[in-house]
Amino acid sequence: MLLLPITIEALIKIGLLIACLMGGTSYLVLVERWIAAWIQDRRGPCRAGIPLTKIRLWGLGQPIADGVKFIFKEEFTPAHVDKFLYFLAPVIILTAALSVFAVIPFGSVLPFDFAGVYDAVAQWAGAEPLPEYAPQPTRLVAAPGLDVGMIYVFAVGSIAVYGAILGGWSSNNKYSFFGGLRSSAQLISYELPLGLGILGVVLLSGSLRLDVIIGQQAGSGVWNVLLQPLGFLVFFVAAFAESGRLPFDLVEAEQELVAGYHTEYSGMKLMMYLVAEFLHMIAAAFLMVILFFGGWHLWGLTGSGEEVTWLEAILRIVVLLGKIMGVILFFMIARWSWPRFRFDQLMSLAWKVMLPLGLVNVVAVAAWVEYGDRLAGWVGVPETAAMAVCGWILLIACWLVVTVSIPSTYDNRPLRVPATRGGQREGAPTP
Amino acid sequence: MKPDDARIRWIEEPKLGATGKMYLPLFFQGIVTTIRHLLGPKLTVYSPEQRHEIPDPLIYRGVHRLNRDEQGRVKCVACFLCATACPAHCIDIIGAESPWPDREKYPESFTIDELRCIFCGMCEEACPVNAIELTSLYDLSGKSREEMVFDKEKLLSVYDRTKDAEPMAKAAAPLPPQSGETP
Repeated sequence: MLLLPITIEALIKIGLLIACLMGGTSYLVLVERWIAAWIQDRRGPCRAGIPLTKIRLWGLGQPIADGVKFIFKEEFTPAHVDKFLYFLAPVIILTAALSVFAVIPFGSVLPFDFAGVYDAVAQWAGAEPLPEYAPQPTRLVAAPGLDVGMIYVFAVGSIAVYGAILGGWSSNNKYSFFGGLRSSAQLISYELPLGLGILGVVLLSGSLRLDVIIGQQAGSGVWNVLLQPLGFLVFFVAAFAESGRLPFDLVEAEQELVAGYHTEYSGMKLMMYLVAEFLHMIAAAFLMVILFFGGWHLWGLTGSGEEVTWLEAILRIVVLLGKIMGVILFFMIARWSWPRFRFDQLMSLAWKVMLPLGLVNVVAVAAWVEYGDRLAGWVGVPETAAMAVCGWILLIACWLVVTVSIPSTYDNRPLRVPATRGGQREGAPTP
Repeated sequence: MKPDDARIRWIEEPKLGATGKMYLPLFFQGIVTTIRHLLGPKLTVYSPEQRHEIPDPLIYRGVHRLNRDEQGRVKCVACFLCATACPAHCIDIIGAESPWPDREKYPESFTIDELRCIFCGMCEEACPVNAIELTSLYDLSGKSREEMVFDKEKLLSVYDRTKDAEPMAKAAAPLPPQSGETP
């Protein structure tokens, strides 16, 4: 009997989440265009306001206009595409991007017993009351209590690669195909440092559940970014690359590939791709804030326990969304600050820099979890302070090592195929 | 073309300096530049309500005008120098015998296809009597291609609209007598 209220509750949350994500995405597109314009000394969209009136509202009606445009645009399907996969690919990428949000808490808890309300309504309507239930606060997660939260995020997030590569392949266009190939290479490469960055956090908190990870940071009052800056750096760079934004947007490098894997898409299918890209960025921002910036926690404002008042619950949502907005703004400003990497630089960054740094971080965190308390006790300082100091020293040491060890030029020439088997393999051909 | 083709010139990449290898200094340099522009003054204007301020309207190259002389007649003498100088071939003149005693010819018809014009200003340079000039009006528009072919009356009306804001250039001073140059 308890199944029904749980289902209703989940459906309400899913509806709310999808509505907020879709609306939020369209307004983030507006924010992105504003920031792009301001950085280029322009004013950006400032005309579209309330439809059919002259009220402008600083261009806040632009997402509506964009949506209407996308709906009424001709949806053109090229003649030689693989129809089934061509239609499937945007659905896969959007579904995967939305599914990630099932386990992501968009706040803490509400002091509101949904099953109790359902029980009262049921009794009023004459149905039998729920047999046994314990009053509990409503968790602001679509799938509360999923113990494999982080693994789920990874599993579902990886499916997005299929959307990109299937879209690129089924379009039957070389630019699309290159975009799809680059996308798969880039996403698969950066999933390793992404995972290693997360592994440090998971080792420290001992749980894969995102709300437990937040609760552990809120309980101690020390955010993970202070404890493992190296892990944060690795995760941050990998998250940038995973969401395919500049300086890692080789997937759809306009100058080289027209639009990458969605070159042949138009109308609503193109919109699904674009929305999915924005959702990847939002998901990356959520993960970054939850794993490293304490989620909804802010010192002296939100409290840290499970029992909350309404004020605290709302404050927690506001703090979480504010932090996420900050990260997204950084994403958008970063887009115009640095040029795109070349593909070999991208790959060498992933495999030669970020992967070793991630491994160093995991080893360091594991060693700390095993021996840290003894070391701190021996020195005579609090454990978290000692860990933060060690973490920052490790970050600076790694930074210096990378600085010294990276080559000051990259030879971009293709290697010569060895002339004979077992012969001397030449490096670059002589100029 | 193979990688070791003799015609390929391989260019050495510039070496990364210390700041480039450390990456973070350049990272901050980039973001500081972006944020400065993000907060800085904006260059675009709200176009139909506000207009761009043109620093010197006398040298701006916008829509053409045909100047009138003191008696209100068209100044042009139909010498075809502008049509000859025009790289886009957008000026079309039909000359006729002048009804006035002070010149031999005048343009019976004078049309400029503003859609073909590239606004280079060569016609203005070529004109010996300062009859054709480019004004500072930059937002010309029309509903058809035919409408964008400006005839003599329209070009003269542009002069009437702009003569106060942009006075006609003075006639070029007569060339100094060429003496002693001929061998």
